[in-house]
Parts: sequence; C-alpha cells; structure tokens
Amino acid sequence: MIDNTLRLRLYRSMLEARYLETRAHELFLQNLVKGTTHLALGQEAVAAGFGNAMREDDYTFCTYRGHNHTLVRGASMTGILGELMGRDCGLMRGKGGSMHLTSVEHGAMGSYAIIGAHLPIAAGAAWSAQFRNSGQVATCFFGDGTTNIGAFHEALNLAVVWKLPVVFVCENNLYMEYTPIASVTAVPRPAADRAASYGLLPIVIDGNDVEAVHMTACDALAKARSGGGPSLIEALTYRHGGHSRADPAKYRPEEEVQAWLARDPIPRYRAQLLELGVDTQMLEGIERECMAAIDEATETARASPLPPTEIAFTNLWADGSASWRN
Amino acid sequence: MAELTYREAVAAAIAQEMRRDPNVVFIGEDVAAPGGVFKATLGLLDEFGPRRVRDTPISEQAILGAVMGAAMTGLRPVAEIMFSDFFAVCWDLVANQIAKTRYMTEGQCSFPLVIRSANGGGVSFGAQHSQCIENWAMAVPGLKVVVPASPADVKGLLAAAIRDPDPVLFFEHKALYGTKGEVPDGEHVERLGEARVLRRGEDVTIVALALMVPRTLEAATVLKREHGIDATVIDLRSLVPLDARTILKEVARTGRLITVEENPRACGWGAEVAAIVSDEAFWDLDAPIKRITTPHLPLPSASNLEDAVIPNVARIVEEIRSSMD
Repeated sequence: MIDNTLRLRLYRSMLEARYLETRAHELFLQNLVKGTTHLALGQEAVAAGFGNAMREDDYTFCTYRGHNHTLVRGASMTGILGELMGRDCGLMRGKGGSMHLTSVEHGAMGSYAIIGAHLPIAAGAAWSAQFRNSGQVATCFFGDGTTNIGAFHEALNLAVVWKLPVVFVCENNLYMEYTPIASVTAVPRPAADRAASYGLLPIVIDGNDVEAVHMTACDALAKARSGGGPSLIEALTYRHGGHSRADPAKYRPEEEVQAWLARDPIPRYRAQLLELGVDTQMLEGIERECMAAIDEATETARASPLPPTEIAFTNLWADGSASWRN
Repeated sequence: MAELTYREAVAAAIAQEMRRDPNVVFIGEDVAAPGGVFKATLGLLDEFGPRRVRDTPISEQAILGAVMGAAMTGLRPVAEIMFSDFFAVCWDLVANQIAKTRYMTEGQCSFPLVIRSANGGGVSFGAQHSQCIENWAMAVPGLKVVVPASPADVKGLLAAAIRDPDPVLFFEHKALYGTKGEVPDGEHVERLGEARVLRRGEDVTIVALALMVPRTLEAATVLKREHGIDATVIDLRSLVPLDARTILKEVARTGRLITVEENPRACGWGAEVAAIVSDEAFWDLDAPIKRITTPHLPLPSASNLEDAVIPNVARIVEEIRSSMD
C-alpha cells in the first residue's frame, strides 16, 4: 500500500532528480560540465518508482542516461555534479564522467555507455545473489533502442533459463537516439512484444505515473526475491530534451512534445497529491529543501579542486597500480 | 610428480581452486556435462555439482556479462570461451566493460575473474577456429594475459589466475592439449608475470610463447648440434604482466634477440618486446632484433598450407642461422 509518507518520498525523489539534471544542463551551458550529458528530464517517475521499491542492498545497473538512477539509490548530488564537472569530489574523482556514474556503496553498480552491455552484467550480479542466497535483486534499466541489440536477447534468455533474481526495465521514450523506435523495430512494443519469446509476461506501464511504476516495481522485486525469476517491464515515457547535449531534438513533432509535456510526471503527481489532501505547504517545503540541496551541492562541487593528475595513473589493478611490466 | 596432459592440467587447476574456495564457479558452453569440447574440464561437474559448474547457451556476451556481474559482487568466476576466435562476438564485455570498469570507477569494484579459451592453430580448423588473439588482449589496458606452454604451467598459472584479484585472459593452445609433462604433486600455484629461462646459451636469446616454446626448444637443439649456435630460450608465459627484466638480462648476456610468435605479424607481442629492448638495451645488442612470426594472413586450413605459415622448427632454425651469418 502507498501511504502519504511514501507518496512524499516519491515526490521528493522525482524533484531531486529534476533539479539535479536541470542544474547539470545549466552548468553545461556555463561550460562547467564538459564532454556530454544524456538527460532523463521527463523520465523521473521510473527512477523514483523503482528506486524507492528497492532494498538497500539491491543492485541497480543503468545506462549513460543514469544520473537519476544513481541519485535515487543514495549517491550524493555533490558526488554526481562533481563527477560531471570533473572535480575531485566526483563519485569517481573524475575518472568516469557523466556516462559512467557508479556508487557501489549505494548499490549503484554502474552506468554503462555501450548499448546492451549491462543486461548480461546485471544477470551476473543476480546469479551471484542467487548463488549466495542473499535475497538481493538486480534491476537493470535501459532504453527502447537496447531491445534491438543482441546482448538484450542473450541476457533475457540466460536470466529465464537460470531463473535469476533480475528485473529488466525498458524505459521506452519512443526514440532510439534520433530515430523513432517504431521505424526500426519489428513489433509495436519493443520490449513487451519480445517478452513471450522468453516465456515472460508482457508488461506495459505508464512510466510517467510514479505510483503505477512503484507498484509494478514492488511486484517484480518481490517475485524475483522469492525465487520467481526475472521480469521484463516496458515503461512508456518521454525525454523532454534531445538524446544528448548535441541534439536539439527537432525531429519530434511539436504536438507530440506538447502532449507529453502535459503528462510531465512531476506536476501531474503534485496535482494528484493536492487532490488527495496533501498540504500545499508540505509540498512547497519539499521543493524548497530540494532546491537548497542542489544549490548547496552545486557550490560544493564548484569549490572542489580538480582531481590530482597522479590519479590518472592509478587503480587499473586491484593493488592500486597501473603497471603492466617490470 | 605426476604426469598429466596439458588438457588434464586444466581440470586439475580448476578443481584445486574450487576445493579451496567455495566462491569459485565455472561456466561455459558444453563445459559441464560434456566436459568441454576439448575434454579439458571433464570431471568438474561430478565433483562440484551443477550449482558451481554450469553449461550455458551459445551466448558469449551473456557468459562474460555473467562472470563480470558475479565477480563484482563477491564470486570468483571462471568462464570458458570455447575458441578464442569467439572473443570477437563478446569483445565489448572484455575490452569496454571488464577491462575498464575498475579504473573508471576509481577502484570501487574489482573483477577477480578468469576467461580461459582455446587459442592457436596447427590443427587444420581454418581461419575462424585457429587464431592467436593474445595480442588483441595485450592491447587493452586492464587485462592480464597468460599463455602457458606446459602442463605444469597450465596448472600453476591457471590456479594463480583464479586467485588473482584482476581479470585474466588465459589462453590454452589447442595443439598442446594432448602433450604430457610432469606436474608437481599437491597444491601447485605459480606467480603471474615471471618468464622462465628454459635453456641458457651464450649466442642468442630467443623468446617464445605457447606452441612456439616446444618448437623453439627443438630448434635450439638443432642450432647447437648442427650449427654450433648456443641459444637461450625464454618461455614468456604471460604478456601482462610482462617480465621485461628477464628478457633484458638475457639480452645483455647474449647480445642478440629473436622473438618467435604464432600471431600474425603486425603489432604482435614481439614488436612490443623488440621496442622495449631497443629502447632500453640498444647498446647491449650486437645485431638487429629479429621477429619470426606467422605472416600477416588469416590461417589456411590444409595442413601443408598451415605449416607453411605458422613458424615450424625448420623455419625457426633457418631464420636464426641465417641471421647469425
């Protein structure tokens, strides 16, 4: 059951993610974030719904569009912004960057920038959990484009054959990078229509409805945890922006963009909460706190020194060194 | 000392480590019930059961993803990629994921895993089941690359690879599976990154790997007997870590360096060894460094054609002899 405490947590999680990525975008425009960013603005309900359903020691595997998934597991805003800005306070001290956010201590087992790679890796973590009988579940988030690469199919098949505690979550935002997913996929629902190939139920949910996402997540995690094996969930959602910083997303029809902006998960949930009788001041309080947190994180990250250059030459191997010969 | 075949030493090493550490697991295609297509893992399923020794689908990406995810969460997995040529269908997992993730995450996770694979030619399997790909692996920072030539080293180095906290690619030579050799009794574990001087001579230092080791040893005998050339032969045993020190030391003594490589010529490990020696021991050299390799070609299948391209004893003898004129 979803009570008001959980509702406010879901709202807060979405808001933190929204503010974090909006800030990341602003910092990019100020040239303080280098390289590239792949924002999930508009897709916060998936991260919030799932993240709040997980056990503390569960595993999250996500893609380069993974800021939200890393944040919701408990990684700090400072650590994430610092990593994007290439500062010493970054989660990986600047050695990973935006596309590889990882915080193992929080169960955020990595953001993977090669499409499909992390599905079999998540299956491997699930195999380990099964082997150790730890009760942990691995959840693996990926986009619609991933459903057309081989690793997707290899991972699903293995996960079902070995009955692994893993939940595969396709965030279908209708576009694989710049191309409409429907124009390059043999079936209308890129993930759900493939589920039957692996003996799984086709599950399609409104990925912009945070409570629906959360309840689906709870069911799939419970099934995995109790030995029921994997699930494949397709969450319909939409990117407010382009694929990456370089993409103004002009290829999307204006009416489609407007229709999805009207379904923005955050204002939508706010209205729902008010209807349920949640106090406006309570919500405004959360909004103020989240904004204060992102402002503080921004300042801390900006003040953080650059990573010392010597760390570029360390930690290739478990002994901390990078030496390959004597 | 017991006499084991190279293939028996594989199972002996995995069994030794599985008895010692309950977190060691082993997966691959046809490895459990069938005991491997080269029969190198016979008996493991019987002793350790299906929980620890598992057959997989033909899904190399899933196999390597599974061992990566397992290694980063507390297991110590061993995977088999049946033929090293098949690394080409899962190279993303090797080169982008397994090799880089520790570095990118600034050491947040480790990958104590081994990927073993049948490598090399000489058995007429054709161009897609005969390659030497240890150079592909050596070219990627973050992978250890171990290549044994004898049954004793298969056991000792594979055991060391399984205990190692970093990812190791372990290349078994398929033409050596049937060879026999003495293997120390009881627990046998070698150290990674130590070359071995198999024979010491005064005239020339020859560095070899895998199948080229027995061929080079035989060539050295012929060189001595028929041409009076006394060669040092080094079995390199691992490319990463690379034991440059042993090579430099022997070159300082003999003044000459020859590498014998089964791999196609361009960017072979011998080129790296040659670069190190010319850079760091140029004034020790009395002659140009020579590389004996397979030409830069895919491998042909017919035995006579294969034998015409992979360095054999006669060619090793002739190339070294003529370089000493």
